[in-house]
Amino acid sequence: MLSKKQARAFFLVGTLVTFMIFIFLTIYSLSKAQDQSHAENITPAVVRGKKLWEKNNCMGCHTLMGEGGYYAPELTKIVERRGDAYIKAALMSKTPWQVHGRKMVAYGMTEQEANDMVAFFTWIGNIDLNGFERVVSPLAKDKVTN
Amino acid sequence: MKYKSQKVAYWFFALSMLLLFLQLVYGFIMGFAHAGLDGLHPWIPFNTAKAVHTNLLVVWLLSGFMGAAYYIIPEEAQHELVSVKLAYVQLISLALVGVVAIIGYHFNYWEGRKFLEIPRPLDYLVVVNVLLFLGIILLTLWKGKRKTTTALVLSMGLLFAALLYLPGMIFFDSQVLDSFFRWWVVHLWVEGVWELIMGGILSFLLIKLTGVDREVIEKWLYVIVGLTFLSGILGTGHHYYYIGVNKIWLIVGGIFSALEPLAFLAMALFAINMYRKGEKKHPNKIALMWTIGSAIVSFIGAGLLGFAHTLPQTNLYTHGTLVTAMHGHLAFWGAYAMIVFAIISYSLPNMTGRKFYDSVMGRMAFWLSNIGMLGMTVAFGVAGVAQVYLERKMKLNFMDVQKDIEVHFWVLIIMATLFSTGIILYMIEFWRHGLPNDEALEVNS
Repeated sequence: MLSKKQARAFFLVGTLVTFMIFIFLTIYSLSKAQDQSHAENITPAVVRGKKLWEKNNCMGCHTLMGEGGYYAPELTKIVERRGDAYIKAALMSKTPWQVHGRKMVAYGMTEQEANDMVAFFTWIGNIDLNGFERVVSPLAKDKVTN
Repeated sequence: MKYKSQKVAYWFFALSMLLLFLQLVYGFIMGFAHAGLDGLHPWIPFNTAKAVHTNLLVVWLLSGFMGAAYYIIPEEAQHELVSVKLAYVQLISLALVGVVAIIGYHFNYWEGRKFLEIPRPLDYLVVVNVLLFLGIILLTLWKGKRKTTTALVLSMGLLFAALLYLPGMIFFDSQVLDSFFRWWVVHLWVEGVWELIMGGILSFLLIKLTGVDREVIEKWLYVIVGLTFLSGILGTGHHYYYIGVNKIWLIVGGIFSALEPLAFLAMALFAINMYRKGEKKHPNKIALMWTIGSAIVSFIGAGLLGFAHTLPQTNLYTHGTLVTAMHGHLAFWGAYAMIVFAIISYSLPNMTGRKFYDSVMGRMAFWLSNIGMLGMTVAFGVAGVAQVYLERKMKLNFMDVQKDIEVHFWVLIIMATLFSTGIILYMIEFWRHGLPNDEALEVNS
């Protein structure tokens, strides 16, 4: 029968070993050679777009790479799906965008801000998501399979 | 109650109750918005309601964990808390951070990162607050007459929870890295160190409620927390499947997250067995119901429903849909909310001297909230599966699908009403116990 000492050893050794493996896998998967995000394409405009994305808590409604609020459309492939002009119109609108029923906050962004957001979405849209990019957006999927 | 300083726990629990009530209000706002009624949009848009709803959950659970620690540690260490005054300072600062953050969310003052919306200046306050809390707990433990496994596991959980908050404070230019390290906080909290806290509280309650020998209970506590970390640390990989990092996580995350239900299964079997084994049956039936209930519901919510969509082949379609909300609601309820309710139900009569160990209202609170939450889980589940099929398989437009599944949110609202009725009854019971007092100390000793 397992003693308390053995149970403690199981806890400590198991935790230590899995933690070490976790750190190793983290270093490996985030190394330059394994990059799937095209990090070299992260321009100052992309970073500004990301900051706007966070400042306005867009993730509170939308999802990006499947993460977010489940209330408004997934935006991973939004540039491919809707194009720059549509995105900019939604972001620069002074009244709540409500094309498909649900209201969006009227952000009334400037042209520069909207361009930064488009740059951010463009970079996101080119990330290799291990197949999720084919599932997440109906139009994107059609393009890949056709 | 054996030590006067344990009374401080009451105020942490009271804060938890208040914040939980607010969380329910914002949950209803979100439910109605999903059902098509978003009249509050100009003042409380969905992203505000969501940030408030999820952050209130985190803060009221943390307040509950802290209250649990302030109650448990003196009794385990056989020593008064080293400073009650500082514990009250910590309580007030925690409440202030919570209130400022929640008000701020209504004025676009946030970080906009899921679950970690608290703005950066407040993050630093959180760090100071948690350091103060840990200082009080660890110093009490250090000065105490004994150092039990239960106290060590609970304290380790709280210490690691504090350390793991730090990776979430780093800014990355890349959304991929941002997401990667955000999960170090969120996943390793929820499916790692918080389970340590849960295990510590569960162990304390089982020792007190069943009378089973401490050595036996604490031995199995090691096995359970061992299983938790063995599966949970590498199980973080299930959040990395589709966020733009290496495919290796599909294999590692798939295998280890599939093992995660084992820890919860062990916890459920452990609680039931200890209850059966116990010769001493404590008269506090309500606390026992919440304790055993927590172990069982966490296995269903966190274990089984987590497993239902954790394999990469399934998650490819369910990732980013309401299926996640289904799992999340029952998991948080079973594993963390119910264990906080259990420690409150156990400690309240001891702190106030009013021994309402069993009551119709107390039982109604348990059953209504649990049935309500199960109903909500089903509603989220049906909506989620329909969403997956229509949107991801049939390739229908996101908003068209949302319109089609609106009806499930009406079911959700009805079930949430049942759930809230149970919670309000629990709060009335809390209120009925009155305030903690030193006479309770004399009565019990």
